[in-house]
Amino acid sequence: MQFPEQLKYTPTHEWVKQGDDGLIWVGITDAAQDMLGDLVFVGDVKVGQTLKAGETAGVVESVKAASDIYAPVDGEVVAFNDALEAEPQKLNSGPYDAWIFKMKTAAPIDGLLNAEAYRANVDSSK
Amino acid sequence: MPVIHTPLKRTPLYDTHAAAGAKLVDFGGWEMPLNYGSQIEEHHAVRRDAGMFDVSHMRPVDLEGADTRPFLRALIANNVDKLTQPGKALYTCMLNESGGVIDDLIVYFMREDWFRVVVNASTADKDIAWMRQVAAERRFNIRITPRADLAIIAVQGPNARAKLWQARPSTRDATEKLSAFFAAEVGDLFVARTGYTGEDGFEIILPSQNAAQFWSELKAVGVAEAGLGARDTLRLEAGMNLYGNDMDEVVSPLDAGLAWTVDLKAPRKFIGRDALERDGARRALVGLKLLDRGVLRSHQKVVTAAGAGEVTSGTFSPTLQTSIAMARVPREVKVGDAVQVDVRGKLLNAQVVKMPFVRNGKALI
Repeated sequence: MQFPEQLKYTPTHEWVKQGDDGLIWVGITDAAQDMLGDLVFVGDVKVGQTLKAGETAGVVESVKAASDIYAPVDGEVVAFNDALEAEPQKLNSGPYDAWIFKMKTAAPIDGLLNAEAYRANVDSSK
Repeated sequence: MPVIHTPLKRTPLYDTHAAAGAKLVDFGGWEMPLNYGSQIEEHHAVRRDAGMFDVSHMRPVDLEGADTRPFLRALIANNVDKLTQPGKALYTCMLNESGGVIDDLIVYFMREDWFRVVVNASTADKDIAWMRQVAAERRFNIRITPRADLAIIAVQGPNARAKLWQARPSTRDATEKLSAFFAAEVGDLFVARTGYTGEDGFEIILPSQNAAQFWSELKAVGVAEAGLGARDTLRLEAGMNLYGNDMDEVVSPLDAGLAWTVDLKAPRKFIGRDALERDGARRALVGLKLLDRGVLRSHQKVVTAAGAGEVTSGTFSPTLQTSIAMARVPREVKVGDAVQVDVRGKLLNAQVVKMPFVRNGKALI
């Protein structure tokens, strides 16, 4: 299970990073894809909507189950990685290589979990 | 209310699954393999080659004695008198007096004084209690023996039979001529040409202590390990009902697409018959193919021109690369109709299609 040091995390299994385009990039973690199994759908991303941290921003679905993905901070959803529509399995093979949505925000991401804290969170839920 | 944690039950293959890196989950009180890596790859292995499932959580029950056939005439909704040749199997529902389904099961006719039934894991205890009650109340002189000492391995796929013969050449003579829905005993193996995937293959019942060895022999000849996740997508593509999803104690087989398993022709007084004849078919169980992007799931609401319905089983079909479902809908709904399904608050378009969706590796819709 991978927990890259340079990323930030949420207890709901999103990874977050400050992109070089000034936006916040959000994806799902290795632990999330492992729990969900083979992913078959990514979508319903609320592009153009302003969300509070913790509000539903979209959904990922595996063969097994549907799982909401959440806004990690307050802000506006400005982009959806629609290449994932055709290839949701890319989230299984490289969860940290594909962002799912981007947000425009003034909120800092420093307060989110670091890799160590997120790993402890995953371990304790087993 | 206190939470009581009952330890999960394990099959004789538990250690084998754990060593293979299976993702083990609570499945109706049993710790069972969901997958061994990728559920979709396991699904394709069964459609294209051969895969095997540990279904030892299901329960064989032996019914013995001279009264066994009369007992089954009363107990099950299909007609046991269709079983005339030794080895022949029959798929049936066992009903309560209200016509609801206590369980669906397979009955194998081995000898006039020995029938074997195989029941679902989650309902096994209830089923056996019911059989004992019916036998006692109606004074049938039979022995009912649950066989917790036996394991069950399903080997399924176009190459499943050949791979069994490769692993165990001694089984070939006795099983090569078995027609579909027949079983034969070969040494300590009970080999049935049945399954729950829509592919050819065998379901093999054997002594628990031999299960791990047998599994490893099949693995050595290239039979893929497949988990209960793939078993569910395979059975749904094959249009086969799942007890607890598609029917249960308050659903009649006539409302669950199982009228073909109910025999009302013979003048036989089976339990539930009066209720079925009184109520008739009230709903239809149909196949749905999703036309929009998304995934159909059980309990989603279905909107049809004839009224509301509900998805009973839904998934993403690895073979068809789209979402499919079974849904209980008004009887007026017909194949070809356009319907909508409420998927997470959005009405998505779906089409009513004829089941099965897939059979013997081929898409039928």
